[in-house]
Amino acid sequence: MLADFLEYDFLRHTFLTGLLIGIIAPLLGTFIVVRRLSLIADALSHVTLAGIAFGLFMDKKFALGIAPLYSGMGFSVLGSIFIEQLRGVYKAYQELAIPIILSGGVGLSVIFIALADGFNTELFNYLFGSVSAVSQMDFYSILGISIIIILLIGLFYKELVTLSFDEEHAVVSGIHSKQIHLLFIVLTALVIAASIRVVGVLLVSSLMTLPVAASMRIARGFKQMIAFSIVFGELAVIIGLITGYYFSIPPGGTIVVVSIIILLLSIGMKRFSYTSRKRRLTHGTE
Amino acid sequence: MKDPVVSMKNIHYAYEKKAILHDIHFEIPQGVFMGMLGPNGGGKTTLIKLILGLSKPDNGSIHLFGQPIDKFRDWSKIGFVSQKANTFNKGFPATVFEVVSMGLTGKIGYLKLFTRKHKSKVLQSIDQVGMTDYAYENVGNLSGGQQQRVFIARALVNDPELLILDEPTVGVDQENVQRFYDLLHQLNDEHHITLLLVTHDTGTITEHATDIVCLNKTLHFHGEPDEYQTLTNKDLSKFYGHPVNIVTHDH
Repeated sequence: MLADFLEYDFLRHTFLTGLLIGIIAPLLGTFIVVRRLSLIADALSHVTLAGIAFGLFMDKKFALGIAPLYSGMGFSVLGSIFIEQLRGVYKAYQELAIPIILSGGVGLSVIFIALADGFNTELFNYLFGSVSAVSQMDFYSILGISIIIILLIGLFYKELVTLSFDEEHAVVSGIHSKQIHLLFIVLTALVIAASIRVVGVLLVSSLMTLPVAASMRIARGFKQMIAFSIVFGELAVIIGLITGYYFSIPPGGTIVVVSIIILLLSIGMKRFSYTSRKRRLTHGTE
Repeated sequence: MKDPVVSMKNIHYAYEKKAILHDIHFEIPQGVFMGMLGPNGGGKTTLIKLILGLSKPDNGSIHLFGQPIDKFRDWSKIGFVSQKANTFNKGFPATVFEVVSMGLTGKIGYLKLFTRKHKSKVLQSIDQVGMTDYAYENVGNLSGGQQQRVFIARALVNDPELLILDEPTVGVDQENVQRFYDLLHQLNDEHHITLLLVTHDTGTITEHATDIVCLNKTLHFHGEPDEYQTLTNKDLSKFYGHPVNIVTHDH
């Protein structure tokens, strides 16, 4: 079944890109989930859509060849910075930033799509993902972004973990919480923009949260949770891309369904082993 | 004579024009085990935030280890176990080892790696609080008393000279409270760590602390536990702002 993916260039680029986002989306997703920011991924993906629509519009009307990947990324990063600002303004209602940014993203998207003379197949691909849409250039861009993301997460890993676990303690230890948080949200924006080609705007947040939700049920410790999340993410991407290709379904749909199956399996597994473990721990020998 | 660990002079602090702390003069000498008592809303947590540099006083000066607080950089000398230890994000699947490692994040510094030396330091702190058997268990699965010890280990991993504990025994059962105080005595006597423990458990703290301070907007009492015991109900009523009956503990 893999043969086609190795043989045709366009499939190979999609497949390799899929493998990359199978790493970076759950990696960032782990931090997003533990910080209870799952919806931010959704908000940012809609802002990215606005950026993509903007790119398509500029291309169509002014023949300015901005790759939608880059315009999407630009919007996503700006959106992420704007979310941080809003969270500062509405300190007591931090979740308010999410509907503001999400609806703003959709609003702008609608305007740019209309100005670019409405829907077309390319846009459909951006919404639900595509097995054939990744160009060689897209692949190299996403490869570069992935390397930067993994490097930065590695360099600031201990600060990110400390901050996510207990912000007050992190600040007392002298960690610059604002700067680290900004770095984190910008990286999230980049991951979303990079993932959209394969998974699509509407489903990208699921690749950041579902593998994590599954992994959370069975992992011991945070590092293990990241590792399991990536394994689940990769499984979902690989199975999802192959089945999507053979049944001519946008891969966003198949990837999400595979993720949900993995999630259900992990919930089932946990039911089986949880009770005895908890009992042993809290009433064990002291 | 060494500099006091904390020295506060003429501290005033108000929140939305309401005075929380008024004219506080206060020192924590090295090596003491200080218990801080006071009613809810009496400014205990605010005072700690000032010491930790999380808030700034409207007026007055704070010195830490002899240095003005705005010049003080050696934050790893101060360990802090907050009330949050009881209400932290239990969904966060960190092992005991990972949580204690986080204590070192600030000290190691940006862009530097967690080395084998740090690892053995973390394991040593876990051992110090008697949690070695649970080192690789998720913190969320442990009992309240066990979690409490993990958070103390996180503070100890930096070899602090001052350990501040804010209401640390809330939600910990009686047997574990005793073990908890044993641990504090060990830290105070053997490791010479200065302790500041904030609590409203008057009975227990007067048995253990070497110094007692009472805070309700301003400092009402600073002395030894024996002196505190001699305070009359009338004194205490003034301090708490409402009538008080002392419940004596017979041990």
